[in-house]
Amino acid sequence: MSTDMIRPRLNALEAAWVIARRDFVAVLFSRAFLFFLLGPLFPVFVGGLAGSIGGQVQREAVSIDVGLAMSAGDNAAMIAAHDRLAPQLGGAVPALRAVPEAASDPTFNARAFMEARRGNYAAIVTGTPAAPALIGTEGQIARWQGPIGLIAADATSAAPTAFPVITTEIVTTSAASERSSRIQTAQIAQMLLFLLTMLLAGMVLSNLVEEKANKIIEILAAAIPMDAVFMGKLFAMLGVSFVGIAVWGSAAWGLWAVGGEAITQVSGFDLTRLPAPAVGWPLFIALGVIYFSMAYLLLGALFLTIGAMANTVREVQTLSMPVTMLQLMVFFLAAFTINQPGSGMEMAAIAFPLSSPFAMLARAAMEPQLWTHALALAWQALAVIGIVKGGSLLFRKRVMKSGGAGRVKQPWFGRRAPGPLEPAE
Amino acid sequence: MAVSDHTSSGNHGTATFAIPVDARPLAVEARGLVKSFDGTRAVDGVDIAIPEGAIYGILGPNGAGKTTTLRMLLGIIDPDEGVRRVFGHDRPHDIGRLIGYLPEERGLYPAMKCIEAIAFMGALRGLPLKEGRKRAAELLERHGLGYAANRQIRQLSKGMAQTVQLLGTLVHQPRLVVLDEPFSGLDAINQGKLELMIRALAEDGVTVIFSTHVIHHAERLCEGVAIIAGGKVPYAGSVEAARDRIPAQVRLETRAREGAWLSALPADTRRNGDFFQFPLPATGIEPLLRQLIEGEAGILSLSIERAGLHDAFVAIAGEAAARQLEADNQEPRA
Repeated sequence: MSTDMIRPRLNALEAAWVIARRDFVAVLFSRAFLFFLLGPLFPVFVGGLAGSIGGQVQREAVSIDVGLAMSAGDNAAMIAAHDRLAPQLGGAVPALRAVPEAASDPTFNARAFMEARRGNYAAIVTGTPAAPALIGTEGQIARWQGPIGLIAADATSAAPTAFPVITTEIVTTSAASERSSRIQTAQIAQMLLFLLTMLLAGMVLSNLVEEKANKIIEILAAAIPMDAVFMGKLFAMLGVSFVGIAVWGSAAWGLWAVGGEAITQVSGFDLTRLPAPAVGWPLFIALGVIYFSMAYLLLGALFLTIGAMANTVREVQTLSMPVTMLQLMVFFLAAFTINQPGSGMEMAAIAFPLSSPFAMLARAAMEPQLWTHALALAWQALAVIGIVKGGSLLFRKRVMKSGGAGRVKQPWFGRRAPGPLEPAE
Repeated sequence: MAVSDHTSSGNHGTATFAIPVDARPLAVEARGLVKSFDGTRAVDGVDIAIPEGAIYGILGPNGAGKTTTLRMLLGIIDPDEGVRRVFGHDRPHDIGRLIGYLPEERGLYPAMKCIEAIAFMGALRGLPLKEGRKRAAELLERHGLGYAANRQIRQLSKGMAQTVQLLGTLVHQPRLVVLDEPFSGLDAINQGKLELMIRALAEDGVTVIFSTHVIHHAERLCEGVAIIAGGKVPYAGSVEAARDRIPAQVRLETRAREGAWLSALPADTRRNGDFFQFPLPATGIEPLLRQLIEGEAGILSLSIERAGLHDAFVAIAGEAAARQLEADNQEPRA
């Protein structure tokens, strides 16, 4: 017989790929996964619909305020110009509101006022309609410079022929306030990471139970090393998770595009004003994806080991409970250490593999250093390999221990079930 | 005869090993394999030597240690003690592409199409998927299942699913095929087909090892067997040598019922109706025949029957193991 067509021995990666490819396709094209994907979209869809309606009805009301710190007459002229333009331009022009502190304080300093984060203004306009000055963060200036120029031009003349030149002044917050505001970004990122991990890692849980129910596990174990089987399954489920995240992310993006303003109004939270993380948004998002992968692989490897040990779904549920509680605890640990940078607690959260991705993602929001991430990722990857190796070893020791004739279910706790035939063939 | 007689002493250090008399290289070699589960020895010092191209049976009752032995040979589990080599390799996974394995518990992905299931099993052994699909289609066609190539496994009958799994075991054209209780669950027709398939594999030079608790399968197919009972292998060697361990039985029918000639019969002669039965004397049948004729016994019939593998099994593994084997054959397996 010729074995010419057969490639040399599959290495671990190739073997894992064979498993991952099958599992990915099998899960992705199953009806169950479709329902799994659609499940979270129902509330999103309903919420989006409500947000869209609310957004159209109250678009004017949800407009963000821009403060006016001009003279009383100029303020009135600007507001009158706004009122004339608003019916035509709708939400494109911001709501204008006179800053009371400016009226009562002849030495009013708009920049200091903004940096102190007083009031609730996206930006403040000073000067005169003929020569307005816009003070705010870079993003807000970019957003409102045009509309303010339009309003100022209208305020100077009923039929403006030229827009006034707007001087701008970018507000940069102090280091202390920056750190304080970045905590919010870190917390939101951690929460998102936790929710996604918990929601998606559960898929791994029943994977090997199903495999054992199909009785195909021995074919896999005979053909390729068990740790390659585990790795393949983990990465398949990770791939499926990315598909899920892409679908849910797209839905969330669409929802935000349709009803973002309404969501901001209802929740009182403006996502666009979320403070930029210390490493910058692009790198932060990239690190978020990587840390999600690591958190998923770590938790998935634990769940996979449990799934491999368990014989029934009930056993899976029982055994996974301690892991879920552990995961909650490590999340709380990571969350607790956000405002304790460099503390022993933070180091512990970074060192413990399961909490490490959460703690490091928060760190990416707070601290600009990158080398710490390289170190943490290497450590987390080692932990994944260790858990997978341990899990596969446990599987070989505990599961492949008897033939069909002699198989007697062995309880996890308490005394062994009586079974004269075990160990069997 | 391809495999020499070999009796394991159970002492790994001093066990003599079967040496193939035709000097074929060994496909599988195991020395002193020991495996315990939770303090109980499931396999206790198994020695096996299987030459390339042989059909070899692992014969024993349920619970004897057959599956654990096969799993150790294939590297699914590691022995606590002892060594195993497959085509000279200590780690069977290193030569996974040369091995095909059909486990006792048949399993396939229910939602997979037949052709994909076979190709996937080939891919596990390193066969590219495209080539696997091509070969799968050919194999299915050759075995009368071409029409079911695109059916899901869940849509097949049990027998068809077993055939698909067997084809998946062979799709990458392995040099060693290990089948754990392959006849279990098959009807007589499919058992016959499987026997033909095993013979065809051997004719192509493939080494086939199968475990069974049905003696006649081993007797019909195998040139070598390992008899396993209670985790030990009291005999491993050729089927012929196993049968030769039991003296041939003489079956004699005489006209006369009494006479001096009776004293010429061996001491352990049993009377069975009109027949006398006794082991063939070491001196051969001729001296006895002479005495019977001289004593005017009036010989009506005389036959010498060679012992079967069943008799050898009883003699080697003991009555208890033989009874369990018979009981296993009576009951359908789970």
